[in-house]
Formats: sequence, structure tokens, C-alpha cells
Amino acid sequence: MTPDDPAPRPGPALRTEALEELLVERGLVDRAVMDGFVRTYEQDVGPLNGATVVARAWTDPDYREWLLRDGTAAIASLGFTGPQGEYMVVLEQTAEVHHVVVCTLCSCYPWPVLGLPPSWYKDPAYRARVVREPRTVLGEMGLDLPPERRIEVWDSSAEVRYLTLPRRPAGTGGLMPDELAALVTRDAMVGVAGVGAP
Amino acid sequence: MNVAAETSGPAAPPRANGELVFAEPWEGRAFGMAVALAESGRITWDAFRDRLVARIAADPAAPYYVCWLDACEDLLVGAGRIGGGEVRGRAERLAGRPAGHDHDHGAPVL
Repeated sequence: MTPDDPAPRPGPALRTEALEELLVERGLVDRAVMDGFVRTYEQDVGPLNGATVVARAWTDPDYREWLLRDGTAAIASLGFTGPQGEYMVVLEQTAEVHHVVVCTLCSCYPWPVLGLPPSWYKDPAYRARVVREPRTVLGEMGLDLPPERRIEVWDSSAEVRYLTLPRRPAGTGGLMPDELAALVTRDAMVGVAGVGAP
Repeated sequence: MNVAAETSGPAAPPRANGELVFAEPWEGRAFGMAVALAESGRITWDAFRDRLVARIAADPAAPYYVCWLDACEDLLVGAGRIGGGEVRGRAERLAGRPAGHDHDHGAPVL
């Protein structure tokens, strides 16, 4: 192979297949283990885990206090653990302050509670603009905040993953935790949406 | 652990919020490879993330999982686990063409 090689570089599907073959041949990757990770993140791990955490916090004051004090432990107590969730910080949305989460450099995201990040979260436009003009970006995404509410933008780092605890919508006093969880969206837990009443 | 099993049915919360996790199968394979390597301790996640950040910064318009795949290859080549041209060579062989040659287009079989 030379730098002026006229042949086009193989596409990502072929290169992925090639890399996987090489890793399996060398015993660096166990294909069954790999299959398990793919299946888990495709089918089992998603925003429902985070919604379950939020609903519990809305209905159990002790849990809420624990969640805000030690997010990692409180989330793990519900069985939601794994890569990219080793150190979780939960940010409470209030009438005074609204939190929104980004990863400015790549796409760090709390997999155990939200699954894998959506495309907009990985998009360069969101990553750059939400830091510079959060109120405008949130408005474009359909979230209009009152002008007196302060916005705090949290940049995920190599160590920390953030989850926001949305405000519980009014008129949901009689709902059970699973009914409440059904109201909570991924976007609300990243901080780019609110939670509406049913 | 699987809360989803208890909240299925018409009122079940969306599990992927209406978006495919992987747009194409190779994206899932590339994802699984990096996670499997990190979970078994063959690579560190921080080193992988650094390569991913560098790949994204080098070409912000590149598809995300292409950056992911390239970061994975960068890291393995850097660690001496695979050779620099190996992935490409193998991919070209998989494509059924010798390295450095274009496909024959419409050459008669007889």
C-alpha cells in the first residue's frame, strides 16, 4: 500500500468485519461476549431505566435525597450498572435553575440509565451551540424556559456522567411509579425537554 | 433487573425513544468490539475515548461510528495488536479483490 494508492479505501462495513475477524483470530475478543454487548444495548438498556429512577425519586423522598447525594449508589441499588455509569451525578431541575447535559468533545453519556446516545447528542452543532447559546438551542428543541430561570450546562467528562431529575408535572399525585415512569422521556433526562402531565 | 418486562403493553414507555440504536449492523459490531475490548481489559476506555475525540475533531462531519471504528483501529495498531495495513488488507480480501486492484467491471466469464 502506498500513499498514492488509487484503490478506494474499503467501506466501514468491510473494515469492521475485517477488524472483528482479526481480533477473534488473535483471541483478543470473544465473539459471544461481543454479541451479548450488542444485544444488550440494542434491546435491553434504554431510557426506561432512567425513567424508573426518576419515578422512584418522585415518589420516595428518602430515595430522592440519596439519589441527589450519591447518584452512583442510588442508581446501582435499582440494578442499573455497567460501563459509562461508574460515576453518576444527578442534577435536580427546579423553578430557579434548569440543567442541560452535553459532551463537548465526543458523546459521553450515561449508558446504564439512558442507553446509547441519540444522533442529535453526537451532532457537532448541538455539542458546540448548547454551550454558547443554551436558551436558543433549547427553544429550537421545543423547550421554552421562563426568562428568570437560570440555565446551567454540564459538560460530561471522562469520569462523570450526568442525569437530570426532571420536575414532576402537576396533577400526577395519584399515579403509581410505573405510570409516572411512562411520562419520563430520554430528552427530559438530558435536560432538553420537560415532562408533561398525562 | 429487567424492569422492561413489567411495563410492556400499549402503555409501555419507549425503550429507545423511537430511534434505532444502530443504523446499520456494522455499527453495532464496531460498538461491541470496543466495549468487549475495554471490559476484558485489553484496552482502557480512557485511551479509546482520547482516540475517539481526536478522530471526531479531525473530521467533525464524519459519521460517528466511522470515527468510532477508526479510533478502535488506531488504538490497536498503536498497541501493536494489529499491523498498520492489516485491516485494510483483510477488508479488501473480504471484498473479493486483491489489494491495490480495482474490481473488474463486467469482465466476461468465458
